[in-house]
Amino acid sequence: MNRRADFPLLVNNPGLHYLDSAATSQKPRAVLDALRDFYENSYANPHRGAYALSVEATECYHRARLTVARFLGVADPDCLIFTRGTTESLNLVAGSWGRANVAAGDEIVVTALEHHANFVPWQQLALEKGATLRVCELTADGRLDLDCMSGLLGARTKVVAFNHVSNALGTINPVADIVRLVRGKSDAAIVLDGAQSAPHFRVDFDRLGVDFYAFSGHKMLGPMGSGGLIGRRATLEEMPPWQTGGDMIEFVYDDRTTWNVLPHKFEAGTPNAADAVGLAAAVDYLDAIGMDAVLAHERSLMADAEARLQQVEGMRIYGPPVGERSGVISFTLADVHPHDLATILDGEGVCIRAGHHCAQPLMRRLDLSSTARASFYLYNDQSDIDALVAGIMKAKEIFATA
Amino acid sequence: MRPPESSAQTAALYQEMILDHYRRPRNKGTLESADAVAEMKNPLCGDEIVIEVAFDGDGVADLRFSGKGCSISQASASMMTQLVKGKSAAEIALLRTRFRDLMLGDLSAVDDATLGSLRSLSGVARFPARVKCALLAWNALENAMSRRG
Repeated sequence: MNRRADFPLLVNNPGLHYLDSAATSQKPRAVLDALRDFYENSYANPHRGAYALSVEATECYHRARLTVARFLGVADPDCLIFTRGTTESLNLVAGSWGRANVAAGDEIVVTALEHHANFVPWQQLALEKGATLRVCELTADGRLDLDCMSGLLGARTKVVAFNHVSNALGTINPVADIVRLVRGKSDAAIVLDGAQSAPHFRVDFDRLGVDFYAFSGHKMLGPMGSGGLIGRRATLEEMPPWQTGGDMIEFVYDDRTTWNVLPHKFEAGTPNAADAVGLAAAVDYLDAIGMDAVLAHERSLMADAEARLQQVEGMRIYGPPVGERSGVISFTLADVHPHDLATILDGEGVCIRAGHHCAQPLMRRLDLSSTARASFYLYNDQSDIDALVAGIMKAKEIFATA
Repeated sequence: MRPPESSAQTAALYQEMILDHYRRPRNKGTLESADAVAEMKNPLCGDEIVIEVAFDGDGVADLRFSGKGCSISQASASMMTQLVKGKSAAEIALLRTRFRDLMLGDLSAVDDATLGSLRSLSGVARFPARVKCALLAWNALENAMSRRG
Protein backbone atom coordinates (compact mmCIF):
# COMPACT_ATOMS: atom_id res chain seq x y z
CA MET A 1 0.00 0.00 0.00
CA ASN A 2 1.45 3.35 -0.97
CA ARG A 3 -0.94 6.12 -0.05
CA ARG A 4 1.56 8.94 0.07
CA ALA A 5 0.22 10.39 -3.18
CA ASP A 6 -3.18 10.99 -1.53
CA PHE A 7 -1.66 13.38 1.04
CA PRO A 8 -0.83 16.84 -0.35
CA LEU A 9 1.55 17.75 2.50
CA LEU A 10 3.59 14.62 1.89
CA VAL A 11 3.55 15.21 -1.86
CA ASN A 12 4.69 18.82 -1.34
CA ASN A 13 7.54 17.67 0.92
CA PRO A 14 9.07 14.66 -0.81
CA GLY A 15 11.99 14.34 1.62
CA LEU A 16 9.76 14.35 4.67
CA HIS A 17 9.35 11.22 6.78
CA TYR A 18 6.38 11.84 9.02
CA LEU A 19 6.49 9.45 11.99
CA ASP A 20 4.35 11.38 14.47
CA SER A 21 0.85 10.20 13.62
CA ALA A 22 0.12 9.33 17.24
CA ALA A 23 0.25 13.10 17.82
CA THR A 24 -1.77 13.99 14.75
CA SER A 25 -2.29 12.55 11.29
CA GLN A 26 -1.78 14.17 7.91
CA LYS A 27 -4.86 14.84 5.79
CA PRO A 28 -5.78 13.17 2.50
CA ARG A 29 -6.94 15.34 -0.38
CA ALA A 30 -10.43 13.86 0.01
CA VAL A 31 -10.78 15.52 3.42
CA LEU A 32 -9.49 18.89 2.24
CA ASP A 33 -11.82 18.72 -0.76
CA ALA A 34 -14.80 17.89 1.44
CA LEU A 35 -14.09 20.89 3.68
CA ARG A 36 -13.79 23.23 0.72
CA ASP A 37 -16.90 21.81 -0.88
CA PHE A 38 -18.91 22.32 2.30
CA TYR A 39 -17.74 25.92 2.68
CA GLU A 40 -18.22 26.69 -1.02
CA ASN A 41 -21.55 24.97 -1.63
CA SER A 42 -23.40 24.06 1.56
CA TYR A 43 -22.32 26.51 4.24
CA ALA A 44 -24.81 28.11 6.64
CA ASN A 45 -25.66 27.72 10.31
CA PRO A 46 -27.26 24.29 10.77
CA HIS A 47 -30.53 23.82 12.70
CA ARG A 48 -31.44 27.50 12.32
CA GLY A 49 -32.75 28.87 9.11
CA ALA A 50 -35.93 28.15 7.29
CA TYR A 51 -34.05 28.70 4.05
CA ALA A 52 -32.77 25.92 1.82
CA LEU A 53 -29.07 26.58 2.42
CA SER A 54 -29.39 26.09 6.18
CA VAL A 55 -31.38 22.94 5.57
CA GLU A 56 -28.58 21.75 3.28
CA ALA A 57 -25.95 22.47 5.98
CA THR A 58 -28.09 20.65 8.54
CA GLU A 59 -28.33 17.64 6.26
CA CYS A 60 -24.58 17.60 5.66
CA TYR A 61 -23.99 17.66 9.41
CA HIS A 62 -26.54 14.91 9.96
CA ARG A 63 -25.07 12.71 7.22
CA ALA A 64 -21.61 13.18 8.76
CA ARG A 65 -22.96 11.87 12.05
CA LEU A 66 -24.49 8.83 10.37
CA THR A 67 -21.22 8.07 8.56
CA VAL A 68 -19.01 8.36 11.63
CA ALA A 69 -21.49 6.43 13.80
CA ARG A 70 -21.57 3.59 11.31
CA PHE A 71 -17.77 3.55 11.11
CA LEU A 72 -17.45 3.22 14.89
CA GLY A 73 -20.15 0.59 15.20
CA VAL A 74 -22.85 2.50 17.02
CA ALA A 75 -26.30 1.61 15.72
CA ASP A 76 -28.02 4.62 17.31
CA PRO A 77 -26.37 7.69 15.71
CA ASP A 78 -27.92 10.06 18.27
CA CYS A 79 -25.53 8.51 20.77
CA LEU A 80 -22.58 10.06 18.95
CA ILE A 81 -21.89 13.55 20.32
CA PHE A 82 -19.51 15.62 18.23
CA THR A 83 -16.83 17.34 20.30
CA ARG A 84 -13.47 19.02 19.72
CA GLY A 85 -11.76 15.69 20.35
CA THR A 86 -10.89 13.13 22.98
CA THR A 87 -9.90 15.67 25.62
CA GLU A 88 -13.20 17.49 25.39
CA SER A 89 -15.12 14.21 25.31
CA LEU A 90 -13.47 12.96 28.50
CA ASN A 91 -14.03 16.30 30.20
CA LEU A 92 -17.68 16.05 29.15
CA VAL A 93 -18.05 12.66 30.83
CA ALA A 94 -16.22 13.76 33.98
CA GLY A 95 -18.05 17.08 34.10
CA SER A 96 -21.54 15.75 33.45
CA TRP A 97 -21.81 12.09 34.42
CA GLY A 98 -19.01 12.37 36.95
CA ARG A 99 -20.31 15.43 38.79
CA ALA A 100 -23.80 13.92 38.95
CA ASN A 101 -22.76 10.45 40.09
CA VAL A 102 -19.52 10.61 42.05
CA ALA A 103 -19.73 11.59 45.70
CA ALA A 104 -17.47 11.77 48.76
CA GLY A 105 -16.09 8.36 49.66
CA ASP A 106 -16.51 6.99 46.14
CA GLU A 107 -13.58 5.69 44.15
CA ILE A 108 -12.39 6.34 40.61
CA VAL A 109 -9.98 3.93 38.95
CA VAL A 110 -7.60 5.08 36.25
CA THR A 111 -4.37 3.47 35.07
CA ALA A 112 -0.69 4.34 35.03
CA LEU A 113 -0.85 4.09 31.25
CA GLU A 114 -3.16 7.06 30.75
CA HIS A 115 -2.68 10.19 28.73
CA HIS A 116 -3.18 13.25 30.93
CA ALA A 117 -6.54 13.77 29.21
CA ASN A 118 -7.88 10.59 30.83
CA PHE A 119 -6.13 11.16 34.14
CA VAL A 120 -6.39 14.79 35.15
CA PRO A 121 -10.19 15.21 34.67
CA TRP A 122 -10.73 12.23 37.02
CA GLN A 123 -8.13 13.41 39.50
CA GLN A 124 -9.77 16.84 39.61
CA LEU A 125 -13.25 15.33 39.94
CA ALA A 126 -12.02 13.21 42.86
CA LEU A 127 -10.51 16.28 44.53
CA GLU A 128 -13.71 18.26 44.01
CA LYS A 129 -15.97 15.54 45.39
CA GLY A 130 -13.79 14.10 48.12
CA ALA A 131 -13.58 10.84 46.18
CA THR A 132 -10.44 8.70 45.94
CA LEU A 133 -8.45 8.26 42.75
CA ARG A 134 -6.89 4.83 42.43
CA VAL A 135 -4.23 4.03 39.86
CA CYS A 136 -3.91 0.57 38.30
CA GLU A 137 -0.21 -0.27 38.03
CA LEU A 138 1.63 -1.93 35.16
CA THR A 139 3.47 -5.16 34.65
CA ALA A 140 7.20 -4.98 33.93
CA ASP A 141 6.62 -5.05 30.18
CA GLY A 142 4.12 -2.21 30.10
CA ARG A 143 0.80 -4.04 30.23
CA LEU A 144 -1.99 -3.18 32.64
CA ASP A 145 -1.71 -5.38 35.72
CA LEU A 146 -5.17 -6.93 35.83
CA ASP A 147 -4.56 -8.41 39.28
CA CYS A 148 -3.88 -4.91 40.51
CA MET A 149 -7.00 -3.68 38.71
CA SER A 150 -9.06 -6.44 40.30
CA GLY A 151 -7.83 -5.44 43.75
CA LEU A 152 -8.91 -1.84 43.20
CA LEU A 153 -12.47 -2.62 42.19
CA GLY A 154 -15.35 -2.77 44.59
CA ALA A 155 -18.77 -1.47 45.53
CA ARG A 156 -17.37 2.06 45.89
CA THR A 157 -15.90 2.16 42.40
CA LYS A 158 -17.93 4.61 40.34
CA VAL A 159 -15.73 5.07 37.30
CA VAL A 160 -13.09 2.96 35.57
CA ALA A 161 -11.27 4.95 32.91
CA PHE A 162 -8.54 3.53 30.67
CA ASN A 163 -7.25 3.75 27.14
CA HIS A 164 -7.82 1.30 24.32
CA VAL A 165 -4.25 1.85 23.12
CA SER A 166 -1.50 3.67 25.02
CA ASN A 167 -0.23 6.72 23.14
CA ALA A 168 3.13 6.49 24.91
CA LEU A 169 3.93 2.78 24.48
CA GLY A 170 1.36 1.53 21.96
CA THR A 171 0.11 -1.17 24.34
CA ILE A 172 -3.25 -2.55 23.21
CA ASN A 173 -5.35 -3.07 26.30
CA PRO A 174 -7.62 -6.13 26.63
CA VAL A 175 -10.93 -4.25 26.74
CA ALA A 176 -13.15 -7.35 26.93
CA ASP A 177 -11.19 -8.80 29.88
CA ILE A 178 -11.26 -5.51 31.75
CA VAL A 179 -14.98 -5.00 31.08
CA ARG A 180 -15.70 -8.49 32.45
CA LEU A 181 -13.58 -7.76 35.51
CA VAL A 182 -15.23 -4.41 36.19
CA ARG A 183 -18.79 -5.66 35.66
CA GLY A 184 -18.13 -8.61 37.98
CA LYS A 185 -16.98 -6.45 40.87
CA SER A 186 -18.71 -3.08 40.58
CA ASP A 187 -21.40 -0.96 39.01
CA ALA A 188 -18.84 1.49 37.68
CA ALA A 189 -19.20 3.39 34.44
CA ILE A 190 -16.47 2.30 32.03
CA VAL A 191 -14.84 5.09 30.07
CA LEU A 192 -12.61 4.12 27.17
CA ASP A 193 -10.12 6.59 25.64
CA GLY A 194 -10.11 5.62 21.98
CA ALA A 195 -7.81 8.33 20.67
CA GLN A 196 -5.25 5.77 19.51
CA SER A 197 -7.60 2.96 18.52
CA ALA A 198 -10.18 4.54 16.21
CA PRO A 199 -7.49 5.56 13.66
CA HIS A 200 -5.86 2.14 13.46
CA PHE A 201 -8.31 -0.71 13.69
CA ARG A 202 -12.00 -1.51 13.52
CA VAL A 203 -13.92 -0.33 16.55
CA ASP A 204 -17.39 -1.62 17.21
CA PHE A 205 -18.83 0.43 20.08
CA ASP A 206 -21.96 -1.65 20.49
CA ARG A 207 -19.84 -4.75 21.10
CA LEU A 208 -17.14 -3.21 23.28
CA GLY A 209 -19.29 -3.33 26.40
CA VAL A 210 -18.06 0.05 27.66
CA ASP A 211 -20.27 2.95 28.67
CA PHE A 212 -18.35 5.74 26.95
CA TYR A 213 -15.89 5.87 24.07
CA ALA A 214 -13.96 9.05 23.26
CA PHE A 215 -12.01 9.71 20.06
CA SER A 216 -10.23 12.42 18.09
CA GLY A 217 -10.90 13.17 14.44
CA HIS A 218 -7.51 14.75 13.78
CA LYS A 219 -5.67 11.52 14.60
CA MET A 220 -7.76 9.58 12.04
CA LEU A 221 -7.15 11.79 8.99
CA GLY A 222 -9.94 14.23 9.90
CA PRO A 223 -9.70 17.97 10.61
CA MET A 224 -8.27 19.40 13.81
CA GLY A 225 -11.07 20.27 16.21
CA SER A 226 -13.21 17.27 15.25
CA GLY A 227 -13.92 14.21 17.33
CA GLY A 228 -16.59 12.74 19.48
CA LEU A 229 -18.02 10.94 22.43
CA ILE A 230 -20.17 7.85 22.13
CA GLY A 231 -22.37 6.74 25.00
CA ARG A 232 -25.40 4.59 25.63
CA ARG A 233 -28.76 6.25 25.09
CA ALA A 234 -30.14 5.61 28.57
CA THR A 235 -26.99 6.96 30.21
CA LEU A 236 -26.75 10.01 27.99
CA GLU A 237 -30.42 10.82 28.54
CA GLU A 238 -30.00 10.72 32.31
CA MET A 239 -26.93 12.93 32.27
CA PRO A 240 -27.27 16.65 32.90
CA PRO A 241 -26.08 18.99 30.14
CA TRP A 242 -22.43 19.93 30.21
CA GLN A 243 -22.39 23.27 28.45
CA THR A 244 -25.50 25.38 27.99
CA GLY A 245 -26.54 27.82 25.30
CA GLY A 246 -28.12 27.72 21.88
CA ASP A 247 -29.18 24.53 20.13
CA MET A 248 -29.10 22.40 23.28
CA ILE A 249 -32.32 23.84 24.70
CA GLU A 250 -35.96 23.01 24.13
CA PHE A 251 -37.81 25.79 25.98
CA VAL A 252 -36.25 28.61 27.97
CA TYR A 253 -38.33 30.31 30.63
CA ASP A 254 -37.21 33.08 32.97
CA ASP A 255 -36.64 30.62 35.78
CA ARG A 256 -35.85 27.30 34.09
CA THR A 257 -34.95 25.57 30.85
CA THR A 258 -35.78 22.23 29.31
CA TRP A 259 -33.26 20.39 27.20
CA ASN A 260 -33.15 19.34 23.60
CA VAL A 261 -32.98 15.66 22.69
CA LEU A 262 -29.81 13.73 21.96
CA PRO A 263 -27.34 14.45 20.51
CA HIS A 264 -28.11 18.19 20.64
CA LYS A 265 -28.33 18.28 24.44
CA PHE A 266 -24.54 17.98 24.50
CA GLU A 267 -23.77 20.22 21.54
CA ALA A 268 -24.30 23.77 22.80
CA GLY A 269 -23.83 26.61 20.33
CA THR A 270 -23.18 26.55 16.62
CA PRO A 271 -21.80 23.09 15.90
CA ASN A 272 -18.52 22.53 14.09
CA ALA A 273 -20.40 21.07 11.14
CA ALA A 274 -17.63 21.70 8.62
CA ASP A 275 -15.09 19.62 10.50
CA ALA A 276 -17.69 16.90 11.09
CA VAL A 277 -18.15 16.80 7.31
CA GLY A 278 -14.36 16.59 6.95
CA LEU A 279 -14.22 13.79 9.50
CA ALA A 280 -16.91 11.89 7.61
CA ALA A 281 -14.78 12.22 4.47
CA ALA A 282 -11.82 10.82 6.41
CA VAL A 283 -13.92 7.89 7.56
CA ASP A 284 -15.10 7.26 3.98
CA TYR A 285 -11.48 7.32 2.84
CA LEU A 286 -10.48 4.79 5.52
CA ASP A 287 -13.50 2.63 4.74
CA ALA A 288 -12.64 2.53 1.05
CA ILE A 289 -9.20 1.16 1.91
CA GLY A 290 -10.58 -1.04 4.67
CA MET A 291 -9.46 -0.93 8.28
CA ASP A 292 -8.16 -4.48 8.03
CA ALA A 293 -5.81 -3.40 5.24
CA VAL A 294 -4.74 -0.32 7.30
CA LEU A 295 -3.99 -2.55 10.26
CA ALA A 296 -2.12 -5.14 8.20
CA HIS A 297 0.02 -2.42 6.59
CA GLU A 298 0.91 -0.89 9.95
CA ARG A 299 1.66 -4.23 11.56
CA SER A 300 4.03 -5.17 8.80
CA LEU A 301 5.80 -1.78 8.97
CA MET A 302 6.00 -1.91 12.76
CA ALA A 303 7.44 -5.41 12.80
CA ASP A 304 10.02 -4.41 10.24
CA ALA A 305 10.98 -1.17 11.97
CA GLU A 306 11.23 -2.87 15.34
CA ALA A 307 13.46 -5.66 14.00
CA ARG A 308 15.82 -3.10 12.49
CA LEU A 309 15.88 -0.85 15.55
CA GLN A 310 16.62 -3.79 17.81
CA GLN A 311 19.86 -4.34 15.92
CA VAL A 312 21.10 -0.88 16.88
CA GLU A 313 23.48 -1.04 19.82
CA GLY A 314 22.23 0.89 22.85
CA MET A 315 18.62 0.76 21.66
CA ARG A 316 15.94 0.12 24.25
CA ILE A 317 12.32 -0.31 23.18
CA TYR A 318 9.54 0.04 25.76
CA GLY A 319 6.26 -1.78 26.15
CA PRO A 320 5.07 -5.27 25.27
CA PRO A 321 6.26 -7.17 22.15
CA VAL A 322 5.53 -5.46 18.86
CA GLY A 323 2.64 -7.78 18.01
CA GLU A 324 0.77 -6.56 21.08
CA ARG A 325 1.20 -2.90 20.28
CA SER A 326 -0.44 -0.56 17.83
CA GLY A 327 1.18 2.20 15.81
CA VAL A 328 3.90 3.19 18.26
CA ILE A 329 7.57 2.40 18.90
CA SER A 330 8.76 4.17 22.06
CA PHE A 331 12.50 3.97 22.60
CA THR A 332 15.70 5.42 24.02
CA LEU A 333 19.17 5.24 22.53
CA ALA A 334 22.07 4.82 24.98
CA ASP A 335 22.78 8.22 26.54
CA VAL A 336 21.49 10.23 23.58
CA HIS A 337 18.67 12.27 25.06
CA PRO A 338 15.39 11.89 23.10
CA HIS A 339 15.31 15.63 22.39
CA ASP A 340 18.77 15.53 20.89
CA LEU A 341 17.73 12.51 18.86
CA ALA A 342 14.61 14.33 17.59
CA THR A 343 16.69 17.35 16.56
CA ILE A 344 19.21 15.20 14.70
CA LEU A 345 16.42 13.20 13.01
CA ASP A 346 14.75 16.46 12.01
CA GLY A 347 17.94 17.30 10.14
CA GLU A 348 17.37 14.11 8.14
CA GLY A 349 13.73 15.01 7.44
CA VAL A 350 12.39 12.54 10.01
CA CYS A 351 9.63 13.81 12.34
CA ILE A 352 9.37 11.95 15.64
CA ARG A 353 8.09 12.95 19.04
CA ALA A 354 10.41 13.27 22.02
CA GLY A 355 9.16 13.86 25.52
CA HIS A 356 6.80 12.49 28.11
CA HIS A 357 3.92 12.06 25.61
CA CYS A 358 1.46 13.69 28.04
CA ALA A 359 1.86 10.63 30.26
CA GLN A 360 3.91 11.84 33.21
CA PRO A 361 2.51 9.25 35.68
CA LEU A 362 3.72 6.53 33.29
CA MET A 363 7.14 8.10 32.73
CA ARG A 364 7.67 8.45 36.47
CA ARG A 365 7.00 4.74 36.88
CA LEU A 366 9.42 3.92 34.08
CA ASP A 367 11.94 6.23 35.79
CA LEU A 368 12.31 8.20 32.58
CA SER A 369 11.90 11.88 31.84
CA SER A 370 11.25 11.17 28.19
CA THR A 371 11.40 8.70 25.33
CA ALA A 372 11.63 9.06 21.58
CA ARG A 373 8.49 7.89 19.82
CA ALA A 374 8.09 6.91 16.19
CA SER A 375 4.49 6.32 15.21
CA PHE A 376 3.12 4.90 11.99
CA TYR A 377 0.07 5.24 9.80
CA LEU A 378 -1.19 4.11 6.44
CA TYR A 379 0.87 6.66 4.45
CA ASN A 380 4.20 5.44 5.86
CA ASP A 381 6.37 3.06 3.90
CA GLN A 382 9.74 1.38 3.86
CA SER A 383 11.53 4.63 3.00
CA ASP A 384 10.39 6.12 6.31
CA ILE A 385 11.94 3.21 8.21
CA ASP A 386 15.15 3.54 6.19
CA ALA A 387 15.34 7.26 7.02
CA LEU A 388 14.60 6.60 10.70
CA VAL A 389 17.35 4.02 10.99
CA ALA A 390 19.83 6.19 9.04
CA GLY A 391 19.05 9.16 11.31
CA ILE A 392 19.57 7.07 14.42
CA MET A 393 22.94 5.89 13.10
CA LYS A 394 23.84 9.53 12.45
CA ALA A 395 22.94 10.43 16.04
CA LYS A 396 25.14 7.61 17.27
CA GLU A 397 27.97 8.92 15.13
CA ILE A 398 27.63 12.48 16.45
CA PHE A 399 27.45 11.34 20.05
CA ALA A 400 30.33 8.91 19.63
CA THR A 401 32.82 11.77 19.28
CA ALA A 402 32.74 12.78 22.93
CA MET B 1 6.82 24.37 5.38
CA ARG B 2 9.91 26.01 6.80
CA PRO B 3 12.60 23.50 5.92
CA PRO B 4 14.24 21.87 8.91
CA GLU B 5 17.88 22.68 9.52
CA SER B 6 20.14 20.67 7.28
CA SER B 7 21.97 17.59 8.30
CA ALA B 8 25.25 19.55 8.37
CA GLN B 9 23.83 22.27 10.61
CA THR B 10 22.49 19.65 12.97
CA ALA B 11 25.89 18.01 13.18
CA ALA B 12 27.47 21.44 13.76
CA LEU B 13 25.07 22.06 16.64
CA TYR B 14 26.60 19.24 18.61
CA GLN B 15 30.08 20.69 19.10
CA GLU B 16 32.60 18.52 20.84
CA MET B 17 32.64 20.97 23.74
CA ILE B 18 28.89 20.57 24.26
CA LEU B 19 29.10 16.80 24.28
CA ASP B 20 32.07 16.98 26.64
CA HIS B 21 30.08 19.04 29.16
CA TYR B 22 27.10 16.71 28.68
CA ARG B 23 29.15 13.61 29.42
CA ARG B 24 31.37 15.21 32.09
CA PRO B 25 29.30 17.97 33.65
CA ARG B 26 31.16 20.47 35.84
CA ASN B 27 29.73 21.52 39.19
CA LYS B 28 27.07 18.83 39.09
CA GLY B 29 25.76 17.82 42.50
CA THR B 30 24.66 19.63 45.62
CA LEU B 31 26.19 22.11 48.06
CA GLU B 32 26.74 21.28 51.74
CA SER B 33 24.96 24.47 52.69
CA ALA B 34 23.17 26.42 50.01
CA ASP B 35 21.75 29.90 50.58
CA ALA B 36 19.21 29.51 47.80
CA VAL B 37 17.77 26.65 45.79
CA ALA B 38 15.71 27.00 42.64
CA GLU B 39 14.07 24.32 40.55
CA MET B 40 13.05 24.83 36.95
CA LYS B 41 11.12 22.42 34.76
CA ASN B 42 10.46 22.36 31.09
CA PRO B 43 6.92 20.97 31.02
CA LEU B 44 7.22 20.34 27.30
CA CYS B 45 9.85 17.64 27.71
CA GLY B 46 9.78 16.88 31.42
CA ASP B 47 13.38 17.94 31.88
CA GLU B 48 14.21 19.55 35.18
CA ILE B 49 17.12 21.33 36.74
CA VAL B 50 17.92 22.36 40.30
CA ILE B 51 20.45 25.11 41.03
CA GLU B 52 21.93 25.54 44.48
CA VAL B 53 23.79 28.75 45.22
CA ALA B 54 26.01 29.93 48.07
CA PHE B 55 26.24 33.71 48.12
CA ASP B 56 29.19 35.86 49.05
CA GLY B 57 27.73 39.27 49.74
CA ASP B 58 26.23 40.34 46.47
CA GLY B 59 27.88 37.66 44.37
CA VAL B 60 27.93 33.92 43.84
CA ALA B 61 30.61 32.18 45.90
CA ASP B 62 29.75 28.69 44.72
CA LEU B 63 26.98 26.80 42.96
CA ARG B 64 25.95 23.33 41.84
CA PHE B 65 23.31 21.98 39.51
CA SER B 66 21.46 18.68 39.37
CA GLY B 67 18.65 17.18 37.35
CA LYS B 68 18.06 15.46 34.05
CA GLY B 69 17.99 16.83 30.58
CA CYS B 70 19.21 16.83 27.02
CA SER B 71 22.78 17.60 26.02
CA ILE B 72 21.92 21.25 25.35
CA SER B 73 20.35 21.88 28.77
CA GLN B 74 23.04 19.94 30.64
CA ALA B 75 25.96 21.53 28.77
CA SER B 76 24.48 24.99 29.16
CA ALA B 77 24.09 24.42 32.92
CA SER B 78 27.60 23.05 33.26
CA MET B 79 29.21 25.92 31.34
CA MET B 80 27.10 28.49 33.15
CA THR B 81 28.18 27.29 36.57
CA GLN B 82 31.84 27.58 35.55
CA LEU B 83 31.33 31.07 34.21
CA VAL B 84 29.32 32.67 37.02
CA LYS B 85 31.23 31.28 39.99
CA GLY B 86 32.86 34.18 41.83
CA LYS B 87 31.00 36.84 39.84
CA SER B 88 28.85 39.65 41.22
CA ALA B 89 25.08 39.80 40.73
CA ALA B 90 25.51 42.65 38.23
CA GLU B 91 28.08 40.72 36.21
CA ILE B 92 25.83 37.65 36.18
CA ALA B 93 22.82 39.69 35.06
CA LEU B 94 24.88 41.05 32.18
CA LEU B 95 26.06 37.56 31.19
CA ARG B 96 22.50 36.30 31.25
CA THR B 97 21.45 39.09 28.90
CA ARG B 98 24.34 38.33 26.57
CA PHE B 99 23.55 34.61 26.60
CA ARG B 100 19.94 35.37 25.72
CA ASP B 101 21.21 37.55 22.86
CA LEU B 102 23.26 34.58 21.71
CA MET B 103 20.18 32.37 21.76
CA LEU B 104 18.27 34.94 19.71
CA GLY B 105 20.93 34.76 17.02
CA ASP B 106 22.69 38.05 17.86
CA LEU B 107 25.99 37.77 15.97
CA SER B 108 27.81 40.20 18.27
CA ALA B 109 27.22 37.79 21.15
CA VAL B 110 29.01 35.05 19.21
CA ASP B 111 32.17 37.17 19.33
CA ASP B 112 31.69 38.18 22.96
CA ALA B 113 34.61 36.60 24.79
CA THR B 114 32.95 37.17 28.18
CA LEU B 115 30.60 34.30 27.36
CA GLY B 116 33.54 31.90 27.26
CA SER B 117 32.68 28.31 26.40
CA LEU B 118 28.97 29.17 26.22
CA ARG B 119 29.66 30.50 22.74
CA SER B 120 29.83 26.89 21.60
CA LEU B 121 26.04 26.89 22.06
CA SER B 122 25.55 29.59 19.40
CA GLY B 123 24.19 26.98 16.97
CA VAL B 124 21.13 26.51 19.22
CA ALA B 125 19.74 29.82 17.88
CA ARG B 126 18.96 28.02 14.62
CA PHE B 127 16.74 25.56 16.51
CA PRO B 128 13.89 27.54 18.11
CA ALA B 129 12.50 24.37 19.72
CA ARG B 130 15.77 23.98 21.63
CA VAL B 131 16.38 27.52 22.90
CA LYS B 132 14.30 26.75 25.98
CA CYS B 133 16.65 23.86 26.78
CA ALA B 134 19.66 26.17 26.74
CA LEU B 135 17.92 28.79 28.91
CA LEU B 136 16.62 26.36 31.55
CA ALA B 137 19.65 26.66 33.85
CA TRP B 138 19.83 30.42 33.43
CA ASN B 139 16.19 30.82 34.38
CA ALA B 140 16.75 28.63 37.44
CA LEU B 141 19.79 30.72 38.41
CA GLU B 142 17.77 33.91 38.03
CA ASN B 143 15.16 32.51 40.44
CA ALA B 144 17.86 31.49 42.91
CA MET B 145 19.48 34.94 42.67
CA SER B 146 16.17 36.62 43.39
CA ARG B 147 16.02 34.72 46.68
CA ARG B 148 19.11 36.40 48.01
CA GLY B 149 18.51 37.57 51.57
